[in-house]
Amino acid sequence: MSQTFDEISRQLGRRHRRSARLKWVSMAALGMAGLFLLWFFSDMLNKGLPAFQQAYVKTTVSYNEQAARDGRQAIAPGLVPLVSRTEVRGIPRLLRNNPDMIGTRDTGWLLATSEVDQYLKGHRNTLSEEEQAEIEDRVAKGQIALRFNTTFFIQGDSRIAESAGILSAIVGTIMTMIVTLAIAFPIGVMTAIYLEEFAPDNRFTQLIEININNLAAIPSILFGLLGLAIFINFFGVPRSSPLAGGMTLALMTLPVIIISTRTALRSVPDSIRHAAFGVGCSQWQVVRDHVLPLAMPGIMTGSIIGLAQAMGETAPLIIVGMVAFIPDVGVSFTNAATVMPAQIFTWAGEPEKAFVEKTAGGILVLLAVLVSLNACAVVLRKKFERRW
Amino acid sequence: MQSQSVFLTFCAGLLLLGLLAFLAGRYKAVRMRRTGASMYAQPDQYAWFAVLSTAGPAILIGALSAFFLLLLDASVPTFYWLAVSLAVAGAGLALGVAQVRPAFHARKAIERVIRGILALAALISIAATFGILFSIISEALRFFQLHSLWGFLTGTTWSPGASFLASAGRGDGSGAEFGSVPLFAGTFMITLIAMLVAVPIGLLSAIYMSEYAPGRVRTFAKPMLEVLAGIPTVVYGFFAAITVAPLVVTMAGWVGLDASYNNAVAPGFVMGIMIIPFISSLSDDVINAVPDSMRQGALALGMTRGETIRDVVVPAALPGIISASLLGMSRALGETMIVVMAAGMRPNLTANPLEDMTTVTVRIVAALTGDQEFASAETLSAFALGLVLFVVTLSLNLVSVLMIRRFREKYRVNNL
Repeated sequence: MSQTFDEISRQLGRRHRRSARLKWVSMAALGMAGLFLLWFFSDMLNKGLPAFQQAYVKTTVSYNEQAARDGRQAIAPGLVPLVSRTEVRGIPRLLRNNPDMIGTRDTGWLLATSEVDQYLKGHRNTLSEEEQAEIEDRVAKGQIALRFNTTFFIQGDSRIAESAGILSAIVGTIMTMIVTLAIAFPIGVMTAIYLEEFAPDNRFTQLIEININNLAAIPSILFGLLGLAIFINFFGVPRSSPLAGGMTLALMTLPVIIISTRTALRSVPDSIRHAAFGVGCSQWQVVRDHVLPLAMPGIMTGSIIGLAQAMGETAPLIIVGMVAFIPDVGVSFTNAATVMPAQIFTWAGEPEKAFVEKTAGGILVLLAVLVSLNACAVVLRKKFERRW
Repeated sequence: MQSQSVFLTFCAGLLLLGLLAFLAGRYKAVRMRRTGASMYAQPDQYAWFAVLSTAGPAILIGALSAFFLLLLDASVPTFYWLAVSLAVAGAGLALGVAQVRPAFHARKAIERVIRGILALAALISIAATFGILFSIISEALRFFQLHSLWGFLTGTTWSPGASFLASAGRGDGSGAEFGSVPLFAGTFMITLIAMLVAVPIGLLSAIYMSEYAPGRVRTFAKPMLEVLAGIPTVVYGFFAAITVAPLVVTMAGWVGLDASYNNAVAPGFVMGIMIIPFISSLSDDVINAVPDSMRQGALALGMTRGETIRDVVVPAALPGIISASLLGMSRALGETMIVVMAAGMRPNLTANPLEDMTTVTVRIVAALTGDQEFASAETLSAFALGLVLFVVTLSLNLVSVLMIRRFREKYRVNNL
């Protein structure tokens, strides 16, 4: 029994509608990923940007005899509850170190407590009606204001929300990354050169290749277990130190650097090698003087991307103890330190509401660093990329 | 520090001897060449060979002996260690300089040494894998001496609570139970939610990008998806805990359900978003690798575009798509920070994703961040859990690699 034309064209219409639907659905899937990204970044900016501002109280500090023992005596009594404890505590120490300052006065902006800060930003706080009215009054007089939060960038961690800063984590990240790169870059590049230029195609080489791909897919937390059991417990590397963390991360970054270096080496055309061999270079001379310089931009790009990945990694560092509380900025490879993602993790666990803002602020700093690193890699690739 | 100063002395001595070797080798080679001898290599190459023969054996012996001393826990006075290493360096120097003669092929010798060094570097990645295996297995074995393997795999109660008391000398530790079933149930629940989010979105995005999208959209969309993979997991964790979890609770409230703030949906959803690029980028490559002749054949038979994709392209690319999903799944199983920050701590055997539940990785972190001694059963349990995690992710990766290899062989694609 044959179909009529009407039936056939109805059927065709259905099929074409279904075909169009797949296009719209797949487009919507991509759109959803984009929307999520938009939601994510706007949420982070919304939560994190206020962290770059901080409430300060303008007041006159009179360094008198009593203040050398009790910092509260230096500040007008009405202001004491509004000024951060860290400022008040710092006064006696300051006077002990500079005794000739006693008797002088100083007018400046002091850190306010996080309660004042949260109130000014319109967040939840525990201030009473009278206190809020007083703050409003002082804001109108210009005695309390939101200013750029320098403390956040020049201080280490603190249990007091308003004086917690990210500098010690930044320094720790830099130290850890130095260790990571110092280990992963030479070993990674050397491995890649061996596999690409020297290795015979035998079972052993295949084993190494499979192993590298496998290493890239091992969950990061297992690297932490390795760091704990071997680096710390067996070799006695100090716990929580950038050395332990950096070595652990180096093993994780290794596959990234190896894979990108191999791609870069492979993209150098064989004619270059043939020409160099033709003028009598040995194999190592060909690699060192001809192939490696041409592959260098690709290697650098891959290493920067690997570095960015290592910089955002947290789980293995928690296992090797890099979630330490580090109030003072210390430049050392063997002392306890913390890194930016670990600092974010620590702050995220603080119960105080003001720390949510700190956490998001720290995240913005971390994301800014990662974005600029990746932008560096892209620029490097665009600028030096050669198509043969 | 004692060992630090010894190490510094060693380095300084080696540097000095190396410099000496370089100068002596070069001086000898230059003088020999001046006499008119025709030599195989340049003076610099002889010099570098002398340096290598000075430093190489000394570093090798020094490092190996230090390693074995550490392994055997023996204490040889560092002075002897230093003296032996430097004596080896001196002997190497003498040997290297003696080798400076016209018939010696210094460049080839250097080449061999460099090749050896490169191969050694390649071995480090293998050492890393074995290091992970060894460290996890040896500690896990210690755990299984304390608690039975069977109980670990089939027990439904995970309460390590009393074990730290036992290691502190209080209590007998008998109250501790290590049944890992609730942990695996939680892990698979969260992974399932993640895959439910990631596979459709990732696959459909890949289909859109490879089959429909104009070039302009492609150049814009691919990096956008890569950004999702570049966001640190701790940031995702914060987002899941602070923004998504309360949202889930509110939304569950609308339909009259009671959700915990540590529900499994929030970390699962965010983890799914994180995995999208892993699935989409590999699927995209695979779909692009399906030969155009198949599309042309299907279209020539009168199939619509959608039918071609659904009935021809996707089935052809299926091994690659499954492989991508398995990779994404192993990523989800091993993901730590999102679940540590957003999922619960309580081992909870339930099928309700709105309740709080915990995962393997959360328990590993919890066991290793507490203030307890390393040999306690709870700390060791982290390694047992790590072993299971390692085995599961490794087998997922292997299956994934095998599937992609089959696809590659079928369509003779080389760039996958």
